[in-house]
Amino acid sequence: MDEQLGTIKVKLRNISKSFYSRKEVFEAVDNISIDVYENEFLVLLGPGQCGKTVLLNMISGLESPTEGTVQFTDNNATDVGFVFQKTAVFPWKTVMENVELPLELKKEDKTERRKRAQYLIDLVGLNGFENSLPKQLSGGMKQRVGIARAYANNPQVLLMDEPFGALDAQTRYQMEEEVLRIWEQEKRTVIFVTNNIEEAVYLADRVIVLSSCPAKVKEIYNIKLQRPRDYVNQDFLRLREAIEKNTDLAL
Amino acid sequence: MGNQDEKTTSKVANSILIETAARKRERKQLLIISLVCIFLFFGIWEIAVRLNWIDGKYLCAPSAVIKTFMTKLSDPKPDGAVLGIHIITSLKLVLIGYIAAIIIGVPLGLLMGYYHTFDKLVSPIFEIIRPIPPIAWIPLSIIWLGVGTAAKCFIIFLAAFVPCVINSYTGVKLTPPVLVNVAKTCGATRWEIFSTVCVHYAMPLTFTGIQVSLGNAWSTLVASELVSATAGLGYMIQQGRSLVRPDIILVGMLTIGILGAIFTTLLSKLENKVVKWRAKS
Repeated sequence: MDEQLGTIKVKLRNISKSFYSRKEVFEAVDNISIDVYENEFLVLLGPGQCGKTVLLNMISGLESPTEGTVQFTDNNATDVGFVFQKTAVFPWKTVMENVELPLELKKEDKTERRKRAQYLIDLVGLNGFENSLPKQLSGGMKQRVGIARAYANNPQVLLMDEPFGALDAQTRYQMEEEVLRIWEQEKRTVIFVTNNIEEAVYLADRVIVLSSCPAKVKEIYNIKLQRPRDYVNQDFLRLREAIEKNTDLAL
Repeated sequence: MGNQDEKTTSKVANSILIETAARKRERKQLLIISLVCIFLFFGIWEIAVRLNWIDGKYLCAPSAVIKTFMTKLSDPKPDGAVLGIHIITSLKLVLIGYIAAIIIGVPLGLLMGYYHTFDKLVSPIFEIIRPIPPIAWIPLSIIWLGVGTAAKCFIIFLAAFVPCVINSYTGVKLTPPVLVNVAKTCGATRWEIFSTVCVHYAMPLTFTGIQVSLGNAWSTLVASELVSATAGLGYMIQQGRSLVRPDIILVGMLTIGILGAIFTTLLSKLENKVVKWRAKS
């Protein structure tokens, strides 16, 4: 059934991660092996506190696995773009400066990086807010800045860690649509973490359901519903229910 | 329809007008209360001295303070220098000690907050020095540096140094890990994380430290001028005591108060400029 999934972009092999404190060992991730395909929208779905963030951190290189390997098939391009859970914009930088940061750190030419940043700001729909400070922006707009900045890295893989968790329901629906629009326009491999089943089914090409602590792969769903998807479509609801029954409850 | 729209617009404009007027009135009332309070305070003080409720050698009337202030602008008697000389002498001491404290203290605190090894290296000594009151350093600083400007600046420096270090240190320590992670995933080096993330994040708290330092610097000034001074606001106050001239003492105190207030205002202005990104809570 995997015939049309394309080339493999990232290989996770037998990844485990444990945290040691003086008294106990906390197992966050247990023996996960996943292939991530080029330009697919992969959603990791799991109950709260089950090691999804840890998994993303290991893919991005922020943390290293206790066991196993993360391998990018294109060795030269291990750059990732990371959209974080909490709004992680620099409050002292304007929208433009926030988006420019990755390019600035790469010592890119000033006019070049301004051009690229402007393109991304337009892409995420923040045209006109280039010189605004984060305190003047709403939660959804801040997350847009985060997405634009992640793209500025020119990443091979885009990692999104519950980016809309802190938004109100209305904005959340809107942002889900937006993230798909942006993804269609600037195709990237996306690994998106969420604990929201509806969100997972709405966004994903594939949903990987993770178990409760420690995180293991429980089931993989290929979502073949046509885009744009409809939240109240029969097939959508059926799939959503099937996944719901298969998901561990978070305490 | 158009008429309806016009009506609502004018209604909105009207309510805004009423709102601003109400706010203006409230501000005026608050200002009046403050002014009345000041006048009452000085009025009672003036009357109390004039009617001899208080002996003149303990306290003089506000009007006498203002008179002395005016004469001190040009008259070096009885304490040996005009007010301007006192101010310049003290300002020099305070500024040298204070600026040195900022230049050394703030970077030290920032680095201690970021580099763990550096922190462990410096903080044991710092923690021992920290609780020693700056005035306790006076005898040693006289032995080391003599009775001149250097010793006084050194004492003021010590007083202003501690809050600069502690606040910038805490500011860096409080940097949210997620911001550090953003920089890391953007490929920042350790130094870049420090300079582009932590230093900026620490600025509001650092400024609070610099403000506290300013207060410390001024309050240590008077004590430091106990060390064989020939001019200065602290010296002037001392002279006022020996000559039993409460008006001179009060002029000295008042001048320190005014100078302190001016500095605080200037600093706040600078702070608002540097950390204008901070969200008002």
